[in-house]
Amino acid sequence: MVTLNYSIEGLLPMKGLPPDWPGGYWWHWLFFTVVLIAFVLVMVLGAIYIERRGMGRMQSRLGPNRTGPFGLLQAVADAVKVLLKENIVPAKADKIVHWLAPIIAFAPVMMIFAVVPFQDGALLADLNIGILYIVAVSSIATVGVFMAGWGSSNKYSLLGAMRNVAAVVSYEIPLVLSVIGVVLVAGSLSLNDIVLAQDIPFILFQPLGFLLFFAAGCAEINRAPFDLMEADSELVAGFHTEYSGMKFAMFYLVEYAEAIAISAIIATLFLGGWRGPLLPPWLWLIVKIVIVFFVMVWTRATLPRVRIDQLMALAWKFLFPLALINLFITAVQVLVWPDGLPWALIFLNIAVMLVLVILWSKLFRLGWGRLEV
Amino acid sequence: MGLAAAFWIMAVVIVAAALGVVFLRNVFRAALTLVLCFVAVAGLYITLSADFLAAVQILVYVGAISVLIILAIMMTREVPQGSPANRLKLPAFIVAAVVLGIMIYTVTKTAWQVSAEAPLTPTTVPLATKLFSEGGFVLPVEIAAVLLLAAILGAIVIAREK
Repeated sequence: MVTLNYSIEGLLPMKGLPPDWPGGYWWHWLFFTVVLIAFVLVMVLGAIYIERRGMGRMQSRLGPNRTGPFGLLQAVADAVKVLLKENIVPAKADKIVHWLAPIIAFAPVMMIFAVVPFQDGALLADLNIGILYIVAVSSIATVGVFMAGWGSSNKYSLLGAMRNVAAVVSYEIPLVLSVIGVVLVAGSLSLNDIVLAQDIPFILFQPLGFLLFFAAGCAEINRAPFDLMEADSELVAGFHTEYSGMKFAMFYLVEYAEAIAISAIIATLFLGGWRGPLLPPWLWLIVKIVIVFFVMVWTRATLPRVRIDQLMALAWKFLFPLALINLFITAVQVLVWPDGLPWALIFLNIAVMLVLVILWSKLFRLGWGRLEV
Repeated sequence: MGLAAAFWIMAVVIVAAALGVVFLRNVFRAALTLVLCFVAVAGLYITLSADFLAAVQILVYVGAISVLIILAIMMTREVPQGSPANRLKLPAFIVAAVVLGIMIYTVTKTAWQVSAEAPLTPTTVPLATKLFSEGGFVLPVEIAAVLLLAAILGAIVIAREK
């Protein structure tokens, strides 16, 4: 990690270069590609450790603690084990689609990290459409899930894939609407500029947007309590039921890389990204990512899994109207104070969030009316 | 040089993927090649300095339209056996060939006006100005949105069980 810090310091003069990509700076591209792949793999191993040990604690058990000190090497041992396993392809599977699905699911998740800044200007590509790029690229992952569900020619895989798509299409709307609030306040789509605009972390100006983004993000990446597309009791393992060995490892990797990606986006959009006192910037970003991921693990251990009709109702009747109201309030505030929002708005926004969430939870009942899937 | 190489790679991928959409018997694989075609078109937009348009292309065509097409295919039966043959093969081929011929003729015979100005970067701000400033296109866009909403509502009303 010391070498990483040193190298990023060495890249600082790059700030003066045109932000367009490709800029022909191949060494910049190569360095950040290698660093990002290593970063994602290490963070995924860490995330698996946090999830298994943390959930163990929350459920009054120990969790894996035998492999290495404090069980730190358990994820590594599991990774080695799964790579050595036999690769089974169902006889009636669509072979090419079955083989391509994990790759198509994995590539977009890696591409998200290209625009996450680790320091001012220290990112693979400072796109001026940064957050739109993230939304666009992450929508490709759905196709990978579809291919997995279809290519396996297994009804549970297919059902899991269809549930996944229904959820992703519904939750994309509140997700994007809550991002627009941040974009309005920051006045830019570029993640680097959004971080630079956060003298006060946007979670204080956008508390409602943060909650909406967190809930919708967890649903987008199939984290519990929204993980019913791989609900073990109903669908075996959802869309990756028929995957084994290396290809299963890819889907497992995608699952945690997506969680890290959403945590990184939340840390960048709402928690001030790499900004913070004392510690070096990249360490601040990692600390914030780990904190957000820990909250995700916490919700997973706390809340029961929802039903499919509850999932849809939550997206369309709870998150969507609140996201619209949040967007409207933010737009009015930005119009009234075009030169930056004043401090006092923090208290107003938190009060508005509390009132709206409590009001909506009173009005909103799960399971009313007809069951619609 | 780099741009020309990128253009030719994208062009070959687009044409090959489009042919795949037409000729593959398996409808699901045809839909996947359509996705590849859309992604390659987004690549072309990037070489033309239209970054915002490229992101929207991916978001709308890959993220929404293709997903809807694939979802519809999943609802149909016996897809791996291929689409059922019918007698419209020859008329369809003739119509397609005529359309292709007209398009090639138009593209090659028209004197296209090429602007000498440098492309706008970034394109997001000029697009927003065109849309929202005075004399912008907000009203037509909103009318189109309302029209689409009415169409969706109509479809739901027609398809709904009594």
